[in-house]
Amino acid sequence: MESVISPNMQHSRQSGFKRFLHKLNEQKYLQAMAIPGVIWMIIFNYIPMYGIIIAFKEYDITLGFNKSPWVGLANFKEFFADERFWLIIKNTVGISFFKLLVGFPLPILFAVLLNELVSVRFKRTVQTISYLPHFISWVVLGGILMNWLSETGLINIILTKIGILKQPIAFLAEPKYFWGITVVSEVWKELGWNAIIYLAAIAGIDPELYEAATVDGAGRFTKMFKITIPCISGTIAIMFILAVSGLMNSNFDQIFVLRNPLNADASDVIDIYVYRMGIEAFRFSYATAIGLFKSIIALMLLLTANGVTKKLTGKSLF
Amino acid sequence: MKIKSSFGDKIFDIFNITLMLIICFLTLYPIWYIIVYSFNEGKDAMLGGIYFWPRKFTLDNYKTVFSNSDITTAFMVTVARTVITTTLHVFFTAMVAYAFLRKELLGRKIYMAMGTITLFFGGGLIPYFLLIKSLGLYNTFWVYVIPGMFNFYNLIIFQAFFRELPIELEESAKIDGANDFIIFTRIILPLSTPVLATIALFVGVYNWNDYFMGVIFINNPKLQPIQTFLYKVIAQVTSNQMLAYAPGGIATRNVTSQSLKMATMVITTLPIVCVYPFLQKYFVKGLLIGAIKG
Repeated sequence: MESVISPNMQHSRQSGFKRFLHKLNEQKYLQAMAIPGVIWMIIFNYIPMYGIIIAFKEYDITLGFNKSPWVGLANFKEFFADERFWLIIKNTVGISFFKLLVGFPLPILFAVLLNELVSVRFKRTVQTISYLPHFISWVVLGGILMNWLSETGLINIILTKIGILKQPIAFLAEPKYFWGITVVSEVWKELGWNAIIYLAAIAGIDPELYEAATVDGAGRFTKMFKITIPCISGTIAIMFILAVSGLMNSNFDQIFVLRNPLNADASDVIDIYVYRMGIEAFRFSYATAIGLFKSIIALMLLLTANGVTKKLTGKSLF
Repeated sequence: MKIKSSFGDKIFDIFNITLMLIICFLTLYPIWYIIVYSFNEGKDAMLGGIYFWPRKFTLDNYKTVFSNSDITTAFMVTVARTVITTTLHVFFTAMVAYAFLRKELLGRKIYMAMGTITLFFGGGLIPYFLLIKSLGLYNTFWVYVIPGMFNFYNLIIFQAFFRELPIELEESAKIDGANDFIIFTRIILPLSTPVLATIALFVGVYNWNDYFMGVIFINNPKLQPIQTFLYKVIAQVTSNQMLAYAPGGIATRNVTSQSLKMATMVITTLPIVCVYPFLQKYFVKGLLIGAIKG
């Protein structure tokens, strides 16, 4: 009996491996389609992740990622002791916070009001126009802003004409206006685009709810606040989690275009500082440490926002 | 009661329509302003007071821009980069998305987990910069193409779409002896135009509007995209770089660096602005597929 069983087992083990090879051979085309994607991810996603170790090293180009000497947490300690540390944190969180405060509710409001338009054609036209700025680059928009906000620009002409300003102001040369400029221009650019998701959520609401409410004598505002907004609250919750987790991202493209040495005290956010230290000053390890610090905070924010929103509304990302 | 509420409704409608008209004006006016400025004589425009219509209409700004070989080269680089990268991205990411979706794929769970991790973690700017340099992509056209070929978030959007396709089609093709690659190119892709258009638009817009790669990875002015060119001109507020490039006889043509910037901005923005209304129905859908995953 034994002699019968053991070759059988051997056979089945072998055939297990053989079956694997056979299966692999059977799906060679499928694997040939999948593996280039895996290789791409290893090179362009995972090697940079591995490269983070230089945050704990004193990176030397001639030695590379592996052979550069370890320095422990020295780069982080230096960043926490950096005279610009608190300024950078303040700018990063401050700009994002105001973008969240102003830029988060406005698309919801816009979508709700757009939904109230009676004429379908007018509604569609407004919608199409509202997407337009999303497709314009920050470089072009930055060009317009620099032109309008200069001392001889349109904004100054209007403000002096109606008597709000006595002297023209070079807005981009003064740190105190920088946050406002970034918030307003961001809202201008993305209002319509960010409203898409809410418009779609509103379109998905069962019309019977509105009909029933109308029968019960509900007015327009009652319907807006008692049906429309509660029905899209799930979408709002998800978008809020995403917005909060992006709190450490204050839109690099925009700030990179609008910043200049005169407004540096308000425009130095973490991403910009990483660029300045790394690409401009060649301090690779230091810049990587700053970037890693940012990622850790961002991840913590994501987890916190997700947890809190889950408790409050029952909706969450994971 | 009924009359009262409909009166309130009317007020609200008037308020709402007015608000929407104001939003439309505020959205369109900055764009209109650069167009007007770009068609006005530069020196005349500097005097100010041009708001809604060119005062001294001219095509000189555009003539000067188009005669500037740096701008035309940069424009062509942008066109080439956008077309090539977008095409490859859509094909490659869709192919991987399809393969990752097939249940029998060995290693499927590991591949998907690897991708999901990239959504939450990354190396950041500096390790990425060092990687590009050590791969020898620095200062080559390929830096736009190869790193731009794949994106896991777009892969998820593709998968959400592919999942809705009828599986019987694949099975019958397999019985007819088609391999996976043929199934993908002959059956899956032709059925997926809406999602292909969506991703093509997203990737296309990104590549068209990106200036940053040109700033950090490109030294050679012959390889810089037009947005990078524009960025350099705009960021150096005081410089008359563009005028320096322009051929002689400018003084007589009343062209200024400001009016040239405006004309370049219009040329830079125009192609994408012409395309997006036609793709609207697609990107609205695409955004939703992306959101459902969230």
